[in-house]
Amino acid sequence: MLKFVVRRMLQMVLVFFGATIILFSALFLFGNPVNNLTGSGHSRPQSVVHELQKKYGLDKPVYVQYYKYVEGLIVRQDLGTSYRQANRQVSKILPEKLANTAKLALFAIIIEIIIGVAAGVISAVFRYSFIDIIVTILTTVTIGVPVFVIGLLLQEVFALQLHWLPYFGLNDGFKSYILPAIALASIDAALVARLTRGTMLEVMRADYVRTATAKGLSRRVVIFKHVLRNSIIPVVTYLGISFGSLLGGALITENVFQLDGIGNALVTAIRANDNPIIMGVVTYGVLVFVVVNLLVDLLYAVLDPRVRLE
Amino acid sequence: MSKPTVVAPDPDHEDFVSNLDTELVLDDGVEEPGQSLTGPDSADLETSGATAAAAAFGTANAQGQWRDIRRRFVRNKLAVIGLIMVLIVIFVALFASLIAPYGPRHQDLFNTESPPSAKHWFGTDEVGRDQFSRVLYGARIALIVGLSSIFLASTIGVLLGSIAGYFGRFWDALIMRICDIFFAFPLLVGAIVIITVVGQGVTPVIIALAVFGWATVARLLRGSILSVRESEYVEAARSLGASRWRIVTRHILPNSFAPVLIYATFSVGTAVIAEAALSYLGVGVKPDVPEWGNMIAAGQGKFDSSPWLSLLPGAAVVFTVLAFVFVGDGLRDALDPKLK
Amino acid sequence: MSAHPAHDPWAKQPAAGNDLVGPDLAGPNLVKTSADQPAFTTDPEALLSVEDLRVHFHTDNGIVRAVDGVSWSVRPGETLGIVGESGSGKSVSAMAIMGLVPAPPARFPSGRIMFRGEDLLTASNARLRTLRGKEVSMIFQDPLTALNPVFKIGSQIAEVIRVHESVSRSKAKERAVELLAEVGIPNPRGRAREYPHQFSGGMRQRAMIAMALALDPALLLADEPTTALDVTVQAQIMDLLEELQEQRGTAIVLITHDLGLVASHADRVMVMYAGRVAEYATTDEIYYQPRHAYTLGLLSSLARLDQRRADRLEPIPGSPPSLIRVPPGCPFHPRCAFATQVCRTVIPALVEQDLTGHLASCHHSDLVAAKAEGPEVAEAVKAAAERSTAEGLPMAALAAAAPPPTPLEPAADPVPHAAADEESTS
Repeated sequence: MLKFVVRRMLQMVLVFFGATIILFSALFLFGNPVNNLTGSGHSRPQSVVHELQKKYGLDKPVYVQYYKYVEGLIVRQDLGTSYRQANRQVSKILPEKLANTAKLALFAIIIEIIIGVAAGVISAVFRYSFIDIIVTILTTVTIGVPVFVIGLLLQEVFALQLHWLPYFGLNDGFKSYILPAIALASIDAALVARLTRGTMLEVMRADYVRTATAKGLSRRVVIFKHVLRNSIIPVVTYLGISFGSLLGGALITENVFQLDGIGNALVTAIRANDNPIIMGVVTYGVLVFVVVNLLVDLLYAVLDPRVRLE
Repeated sequence: MSKPTVVAPDPDHEDFVSNLDTELVLDDGVEEPGQSLTGPDSADLETSGATAAAAAFGTANAQGQWRDIRRRFVRNKLAVIGLIMVLIVIFVALFASLIAPYGPRHQDLFNTESPPSAKHWFGTDEVGRDQFSRVLYGARIALIVGLSSIFLASTIGVLLGSIAGYFGRFWDALIMRICDIFFAFPLLVGAIVIITVVGQGVTPVIIALAVFGWATVARLLRGSILSVRESEYVEAARSLGASRWRIVTRHILPNSFAPVLIYATFSVGTAVIAEAALSYLGVGVKPDVPEWGNMIAAGQGKFDSSPWLSLLPGAAVVFTVLAFVFVGDGLRDALDPKLK
Repeated sequence: MSAHPAHDPWAKQPAAGNDLVGPDLAGPNLVKTSADQPAFTTDPEALLSVEDLRVHFHTDNGIVRAVDGVSWSVRPGETLGIVGESGSGKSVSAMAIMGLVPAPPARFPSGRIMFRGEDLLTASNARLRTLRGKEVSMIFQDPLTALNPVFKIGSQIAEVIRVHESVSRSKAKERAVELLAEVGIPNPRGRAREYPHQFSGGMRQRAMIAMALALDPALLLADEPTTALDVTVQAQIMDLLEELQEQRGTAIVLITHDLGLVASHADRVMVMYAGRVAEYATTDEIYYQPRHAYTLGLLSSLARLDQRRADRLEPIPGSPPSLIRVPPGCPFHPRCAFATQVCRTVIPALVEQDLTGHLASCHHSDLVAAKAEGPEVAEAVKAAAERSTAEGLPMAALAAAAPPPTPLEPAADPVPHAAADEESTS
């Protein structure tokens, strides 16, 4: 167990450095950081450019810059200074946005689990019934609808037509998150529903389910104890895996609903060539990904006693 | 930890009813090979031996196998619908210039932002461009990006995946760790970073999606090779003295390929969404290009007054994505390794 | 093929309509023209009696007649062996008793399953639930897949207790530990907290038995209980079952493809073929006076262990029929050495042989009887039977000595094997 955690930690350190090195070289080696810094198209006096380069450490070789980045991150939890936002530190700008995104992602995951698992279970239990057909059609179609299209539809119906929920922004507290979270969760909820239905049907045919029935358990106990408990294992794995695409989806969702999260910050930073912000957002993303993956692995071992963490 | 795939197991087709006849006839015989009452020369052993031998000697049976797969695919209504939808998209993309009533950049300044009508089926945008024509042209970008990025990703993935799966050890460990690193980037985030470096346009989008798509293919193929490598028919081929090259090309690759093919089909849909998303965010193809993501983004601000501006291109995305999802579903059912 | 005369184009003669074959009607060699097997005369002492049971599955490819007019019964404390190849309907019969056959697609065109005067076939689901696990239990072929992988062994056993009795969780767990001890699991307290995958195959089956016998059921359905286990473990499990049966007076229905297993553990045997009863008699009669060509074939396969006689004794060629297209006439005729024209056209009725309650459905039971008494079969069967009744001796040596191992290896050991050799040479 401890050995497993340590090994996974080492793997994650590897993933972290690999990912940041790739990103760093993309931005600072193959990209054009000086242009990004000074803003292309403007001709500035050479002395000003030099001064800026020096201020942001761009005058040093790339590996030194990377070292500074890592050092800053580990020693001071510092991610550098934004090129655009008047000397503000990235580590001051982002946490607030990160919190907003985290709330959005959390709501989305809760929706995925509740709607996705419930729809899948109902669909499997009442297989071939009217409700199963409806769920199957809905989940199939939903998979094909991009987040930004679902977002637009939700805005149209629930904000513009019915006026139940805010159109965009984060000014209405909890209510502000409902539509974005539904939009963000939609595709994954549909996939979770399909996965749950499929696994449930498979597990229902398992020998141990027959044993459970042969013991005299009621159908409800058989389904909710023996079947669901086993079916949930691949679903949890899927949720962990899909976390990455959730971050990608947050990018779009925040754009559609104009939420002040890190996804929006990333898009803004990319349009403005603000390298430190880009670096900071992706760093957060990779860290979260790595931690979530470890948690999912541990959870997986808890849910399935056959899995040995070695 | 593997990468998200749209390939959710759906065991519908192997339900009790449809398989009943085999289940009952084979009864418990399936789990007890060689335990037929008549001893080892019983028929079911003969047949399984024959299958293994046929598989071991190569593709004597391949034609029949493909026929079965095609039959299963054609029997699946949704798969056939999906295939027709894919053909429609391809047709539209190929002949957009012939079908489209107007040029993609033709402006009808007397008819700006007009709702759908007989003259402009999908209405017009704020500079009077015919939305229907632009949606038709948009199919080109969607298909080119969807197909080429997945083709590129699959090529890299198959290459690295087979190296990892077949040579194992060092190469396996190395390639899988590299995959781990690429998994850490959400597709869109990774793609955006690449595009900022390479610049906007169709080719950068294709490269960006391929760079962050190959890892899943590699991992999928590697896993599948590992399981096929240990299978009985490969052992049989080995024991019959087949060469290494023959084993890899005739047995391991064809039999490991099904999951990759299924995944690739689904992924074309994913790539179409990703491409539209990148353009929607303004980092994909140039904003003036007739492309669905661009059109949705452009129409978004006028959603209240002219919802067709973003809804109809959105519908085109949905149509294309579902086309590939249906075909992928059908392929998965047809290639289901359990029935093979 | 339809087994019912009304739908059976192959039946040349109309059904005689005799459901009950009395001694006056059924001589030993009487050829019956009825397609129906006769209803079994209800045994007043029976704990469970299955009467004219039919289980049909309606599939896209046709009707699967998994069980087609089968009657049998089992008395308290008795062991009935049901023997047949894959697809003979033996497992479906047991599942039907437990109400575990999903309907639809299954249909029950006829039959009753009388358990203590109650028809289980028409009993409500709620009623069946109170019986399952308490009055009637079942153990399955593969104890690994039959136990839920995510729950501890102890709580899986405790669960069956808590469903049927209002006891506290800790009391039930305590009982589970006691039961594990009873089925011979060392360190039961520790083992109760382990998961199925931490048990060996034999231990898992012991745990299954503990679970099945937790509430002292009157009837235990054992569906291939030893098939998935090593040969040495098989004997231990069967001994355990027999021991527990003696203590508790449980009736056991032992479903297996292994005639050798049945020989040493069953009081009576029913041989099934293609969803129908081929032969139904006491174990001794099945062994020494087989009256069905199929039974004889099974016994001959058994005797193949006697290597020197192998060339003269034919195993059964071919494989069992698809239950959608059962051959016309006697379903066994395509594989039968005795088959004649009548076998290809007329379904043989299940008739009483020699007025002893020994039932067989074979047109040529006299020829079978003659052949069975011939020297080759008699000797080999006798030897095999002796080997299989020798208990408690290690069998691994024999399993290794007789390649390829056939499923019909009786529980045997090298010593009586030698005795058999002596006999055949004398």
